[in-house]
Amino acid sequence: MFVYTISFYFFSIIAILSALMVISAKNPVHSVLFLILSFVNTSALFVLLGAEFLAMILIVVYVGAVAVLFLFVVMMLDINFIKLREGFLQYLPFGVLLGLVLLIELGMLFYTNNFSENNLVDFSNLPKFSDVENTKILGNVLYTDYFYLFQISGIILLIAMIGSIVLTLRERSGVKKQKIYNQVHLNSKNAIEKKKIELGKGIDV
Amino acid sequence: MQNNLYNLLFFPELILLTGSLCILLLGLFIKKNNFSIISNLSTILLVLTGIVTYIDRNTSFLNFNNFFIESNFIKFFQLLVIFGSISVILISKNYYKDQKLVFFEIPILILFSTFGMLLLIASNNLMAMYLGIELQSLTLYVIAAIKRDSLKSSESGLKYFILGALSSGILLYGCSLVYGFTGNTNFDDIHSVISSLEKIELGLIFGLIFILVGLAFKISAVPFHMWTPDVYEGAPTSITAFFAIVPKVSAVALIYRFCLEPFSSLYNEWSQIIVFLSIASMFLGSIAAIRQTNIKRLLAYSSIGHVGYILIGLVSFSDEGTKGAAIYILIYLFMNIAIFSILLSLKFENKYIEKIEDLSGLSKVKPFLSLSIAIIMLSMAGIPPFAGFFGKFYIFASALNSNLYSLAVFGVLSSVIAAFYYLRIIKVIYFDDYKSTNYENNQTNISKFILIISILIISLFILFPSLFTSLSIEASKGFFYK
Repeated sequence: MFVYTISFYFFSIIAILSALMVISAKNPVHSVLFLILSFVNTSALFVLLGAEFLAMILIVVYVGAVAVLFLFVVMMLDINFIKLREGFLQYLPFGVLLGLVLLIELGMLFYTNNFSENNLVDFSNLPKFSDVENTKILGNVLYTDYFYLFQISGIILLIAMIGSIVLTLRERSGVKKQKIYNQVHLNSKNAIEKKKIELGKGIDV
Repeated sequence: MQNNLYNLLFFPELILLTGSLCILLLGLFIKKNNFSIISNLSTILLVLTGIVTYIDRNTSFLNFNNFFIESNFIKFFQLLVIFGSISVILISKNYYKDQKLVFFEIPILILFSTFGMLLLIASNNLMAMYLGIELQSLTLYVIAAIKRDSLKSSESGLKYFILGALSSGILLYGCSLVYGFTGNTNFDDIHSVISSLEKIELGLIFGLIFILVGLAFKISAVPFHMWTPDVYEGAPTSITAFFAIVPKVSAVALIYRFCLEPFSSLYNEWSQIIVFLSIASMFLGSIAAIRQTNIKRLLAYSSIGHVGYILIGLVSFSDEGTKGAAIYILIYLFMNIAIFSILLSLKFENKYIEKIEDLSGLSKVKPFLSLSIAIIMLSMAGIPPFAGFFGKFYIFASALNSNLYSLAVFGVLSSVIAAFYYLRIIKVIYFDDYKSTNYENNQTNISKFILIISILIISLFILFPSLFTSLSIEASKGFFYK
């Protein structure tokens, strides 16, 4: 239990600190790297909870795809981040005020016990996260009970693919492409043409 | 099992899906003239799906864990969606060719979107509902931005995408709250859990509100309407026609089913929200439209207003209200098909009509088209002999019978305000001087046929109202016996 507590605090403190660094780092590339660090730590927290599938998904999707995409955008696009940050101090009081209001609201909710766990439906008859492999269980229901929904999600991904192709693929004119099929199938009969040229006259090529 | 497999063949969603996948493959291999071939095939596929939907079927095996269900209401709206998609594909063919927007993917995306809407209307589970919404909206984002060289079209697609993603997020959050407080995602189970609760939890109401916000975004009810005018204006007109006609129908069906099936016992909670959405939409729809000069923006505001009227039927919480809404949406469909079939073919000085002033003096050049526009506008304003009046009439009658006097009064007031801008268009057409007579109408025969049919339905509704009311009575049965 001691190790559990220690590792929980370790990962959560790093997650929060790196999240802070994401918004305060001067260099946008550093921000993205801190974002990745924050994700990795969050996934470690999920492992501590016994939700190893979520931990893996977080790494694969957020670190593997989203954060790398961010890095690409930051490096490829010429965005003036210093200009974006202008007026930060000017809006700071307003932001702090909004944050305070939210904090007070949350406090009130917890104080009045309206959102306490007891009000939720009792899920205690379900097996505990840490006792079963949740990847296996998810796999079991995903292809049986939820087969329909699984297929529909597949179609959504297909549409995303069609959509991105339609919106970005352009046929560029004037680009010379190698047509290997045509090259290989050339022979002397259709590649060379004999012509008789009369004396004193040219020929149109 | 034999019987079940036989049923499988006649499952409309399955036919639509496999058909559209085949058409997609075909479109990749046909090189020449593929746009018109693909759109013809899509029309045929949709007609087929419509026929199969219409035929009664026994799909106990296919409803699979109760993710989807069947009822007359669902069938009615599914048929409307299919009909709307077919008409949009048919009326916009010439427009695409003229604008050089001959991507064969457009009809295919419309097919997929229709597929999503069919699922959405029939969904009986929060997860199925969410997937249906995503399937529908993802295709809509793409086709809004399809004219990719135009700044406005890209802007409208991006705007729609960002706001749509936000609303989906809110909706999902609501779904998770509802799941947390009821322990179920199935509509029937949610209903039985909620009706047996002795105390309604705050969290459950939060979830309900969040889901309603997400749905209100999809039907573009005020205050979640901001995207509508921009998207309608920016997208190519044929796509605007699709936006105005089809997704509205499916989203309205969903919001009705959602409020009346799982959450029917929380009437007191959601009715306040719907009343606000309804009044705000009616008034904003009629007041903001007054200053518009672009006809597509004007139609956007008019559709916001129509949504407001349709929501009155939901608040009245009776068979009559549902019946009124079903008739209203049917008439709305025909009016929009008619007006867009004109907008998609009428050219002024070699450009498609976008501004209201382009229409000035049209009556001297194109008397038939002017008459059609006049009839549609009168009907939209709800002036008696035309169908639009009956839509409003049934809705207001249901509100009065449920003692919602204030809503009915607000509705009548706002429709009086709205009449101003509808009548202004008629005034521009008939009484303004023309700038030039350079009008051109490149309507195809099918589009003309659809226009004439719609106009006939709008103007002759008064003679045969029972034809449509019987349909909608059939559709609206079954909500309130529980």
